[in-house]
Amino acid sequence: MSRLSVRLLCSVLVVMPAIALAQQNGMRVENAWSRAAMQGRTGVVYLTIVDDGAADRLTSIATPVAAKAELHESFTENGVAKMRAVGALPVAQGNKVTLAPGGYHIMLMNLKQPLRQGDAFPVTLNFEKAGQVTATVTVQKAGGSMPMGHDATGGMNMQGMPMHGRDTPSSRP
Amino acid sequence: MSTSTDPPSRGGRPAPFIFGIVGLVVAVLILGTGAFMWLSQGGTASLIGGPFTLQDGNGRQISDRDFRGKYMLVYFGYTFCPDVCPTTLNEVADALDHLGAKADRLQPIFITVDPKRDTPAVIKQYVASFSPRLLGLTGTEEQVAKAAKEYRVYYAEHRTGSGPNDYTMDHSSVLYLMGPDGKFIAPIRADEDGTQMAADLGRLMS
Repeated sequence: MSRLSVRLLCSVLVVMPAIALAQQNGMRVENAWSRAAMQGRTGVVYLTIVDDGAADRLTSIATPVAAKAELHESFTENGVAKMRAVGALPVAQGNKVTLAPGGYHIMLMNLKQPLRQGDAFPVTLNFEKAGQVTATVTVQKAGGSMPMGHDATGGMNMQGMPMHGRDTPSSRP
Repeated sequence: MSTSTDPPSRGGRPAPFIFGIVGLVVAVLILGTGAFMWLSQGGTASLIGGPFTLQDGNGRQISDRDFRGKYMLVYFGYTFCPDVCPTTLNEVADALDHLGAKADRLQPIFITVDPKRDTPAVIKQYVASFSPRLLGLTGTEEQVAKAAKEYRVYYAEHRTGSGPNDYTMDHSSVLYLMGPDGKFIAPIRADEDGTQMAADLGRLMS
């Protein structure tokens, strides 16, 4: 085997976990990613849930890298950032729910190990009907934004729109 | 008919009436000048920011005066925050990269609102994961409360369980650009991306 094809094979093997799709009873979890974080602290997982089966609800989450994993929602109210636990997340049939920075996310509490950029770890989502779906999470840099996956609709950068009319940012929320 | 309301002092006692008018004019002038000066300084905006004494990642005392001559970009948050704060700090790091030479005249500062858990060592390690330029500050609960008050920053503990670490912090999420004289210049949205943030900073910094 030529050196080039060895390299190609290697890069495919490296990329594999990132594009691995977890699927169960029509429920898919895609593009699971996290951010570098310190041991003993909090971490985060973002992902996309695609429901091709029946309407369902995400009821709990587990991962071996943290003592506890919960679904949380961040929001800003009168300029104050808040974060609250969300009991269960409904997923409508044929729908897609993306957990992304600044909104829904899986909060990892008391990390049992540091999460370093390039690491990968499993996360298991428990759905009321579809059961357990396990996905592989890849770790980006601290505070990193959504990696460009094969799923183009996962892109979240909307800053391309013209902002010229905007005042100085005193119009903050 | 009501002649009784005519000024009784028409020729006899003009003094009180004139003093009254003069007094009123003087009062209007003083108040007007004061209001003008207040507004020209940015109105309520000038009330944001002020003196603080905190500790850096090595436990050294740091005060706002240590940054005179440099712009400060001040953000309050906490290291147990997995979603909003890292997003903002990463965009700040990105903005610094986009800002070019002006970045050398800007000191980004992350002040914790959770000094109980964010010790100097923790905050040092935390900010280093975003940018070597970012400075993390903590302090006693009183020092942090005072700094937050100067910046009109709201924060509060939100319990999530009974354990000592079972809480998150609600906190104002705005970046404050302060001038080389320590005076407030403008707020910067914390949810902007680095490119936009750099454009805003570049425009606001002379």
